[in-house]
Amino acid sequence: MQEFDVIIVGAGPAGLRAADRLARAKLRVLCVDKKQEIGVPKRCAEGLGLGWFKRLGLKPDPKWAVQEIRGAALYAPSGKVVEMRFPETNGFVLERRVFEKELARQASENGALIKTKADAFEFERSGGRVNVKVREGSEVVEYSARLIFACDGVETLTARRLGVNTTMPLADYDSGYQYEMANIDFENSDLINIFFGLEIAPRGYLWIFPKGKHQANVGIGIGGTSEKTAKYYLDKFIESQPGLKKGSIIEVNCGCVPVGGFLDDMTADNLLIAGDAAHQVNPIHGGGIGLAMEGADIASGVAIRAFEENDFSHDFLKQYNDLWYEARGNKLKAVLKKRRMFENLQDKDFETLAANISGEDVMKLSAGDLVEAAKVVTKKLMKSPGLVKVMLKYLK
Amino acid sequence: MVVRNDAEKCCYCGGCVGSCPVQALELKDGRIVVDVEKCTSCGNCVKICPVAAMELEK
Repeated sequence: MQEFDVIIVGAGPAGLRAADRLARAKLRVLCVDKKQEIGVPKRCAEGLGLGWFKRLGLKPDPKWAVQEIRGAALYAPSGKVVEMRFPETNGFVLERRVFEKELARQASENGALIKTKADAFEFERSGGRVNVKVREGSEVVEYSARLIFACDGVETLTARRLGVNTTMPLADYDSGYQYEMANIDFENSDLINIFFGLEIAPRGYLWIFPKGKHQANVGIGIGGTSEKTAKYYLDKFIESQPGLKKGSIIEVNCGCVPVGGFLDDMTADNLLIAGDAAHQVNPIHGGGIGLAMEGADIASGVAIRAFEENDFSHDFLKQYNDLWYEARGNKLKAVLKKRRMFENLQDKDFETLAANISGEDVMKLSAGDLVEAAKVVTKKLMKSPGLVKVMLKYLK
Repeated sequence: MVVRNDAEKCCYCGGCVGSCPVQALELKDGRIVVDVEKCTSCGNCVKICPVAAMELEK
């Protein structure tokens, strides 16, 4: 049985970032992914805000940061639009298959061993280590490690197999569906375009994330309990937009996003959980690339200390929870509260919002902070008592 | 009554696996595998599926 210090299950942004960090600390790292190709299929609209590049020390490379974004255009159901266009770049749309292969190359060059089409399906704790069975093609190979990182996405079976049940009520997931489209016409190829409305995307939104002037990720995320499917709403929208209807679908993506809350405990004996598996997702916009990599950084720091102290117990590893909540989780909990407000907005509320606020209003606020934006919007909308009632309930 | 996966509609995103409260589903070798012993027919996977590829089978 081949021994490693850490086995990471899942080679997405969280798993590959952790692989890199741990390998740089001279730990012996194996990162396995059941998929045949890293970064494919994406379950993602591929947007990443500029703040994350700074926080994570990433340099946008045109090979994978394929479209500069200057801001956002928000569409009310009637089509009225609020545009926020910043003078400078404030984010990028990525080509994730290229981005993640780049992360994999870096981690690999720093000493991590990465395997694709390698499905870790059985875990057994034994003598302070975890024995892991991995299906590699027709063979089953056994490995062991002191620590397991569960970075295997929203459906993480790794965390569950090691005793942490990550499943939430259905209402706490969004159901997502997306086409990458070519030869389409749309407004604002330098902005992310977001469409609201109960008939367009119930308890969610629809998006066009540009990848060039005539190519984009056109997708939708709706509440997990919605009666009709995400595909139904997206197809209906595309049918109604001649500029989209004429285009080609060059990729179909689909996925489910944990938007309803975070895990109180992302650890167990010999186990750390990061990324979508730990629900490290922004509950309002559903973005998770940056959060996954930040979560992996924090978890890696704890893992490195665990090796220094030779302590892999739940008691030791649980400091990851405090560190993550302090750095990020508590802020996201506040965002989650605000989400409840957006869930209660009716179509007429979206129209009132679009009619009363300008892009400048929103831009004046600190770097697109949705919570701050919502507070200012509330002040401007005192004329609309029904809407204010909904907002006040959630904006204390 | 258990759930059934329609392989022609399925995009294999694993959303159903994530929302299953009893770990009756697995995305394995590019297929959705249903453990009929564990499945409680709660319908979570049917509702979360973006493409209506999960069905409750009578």
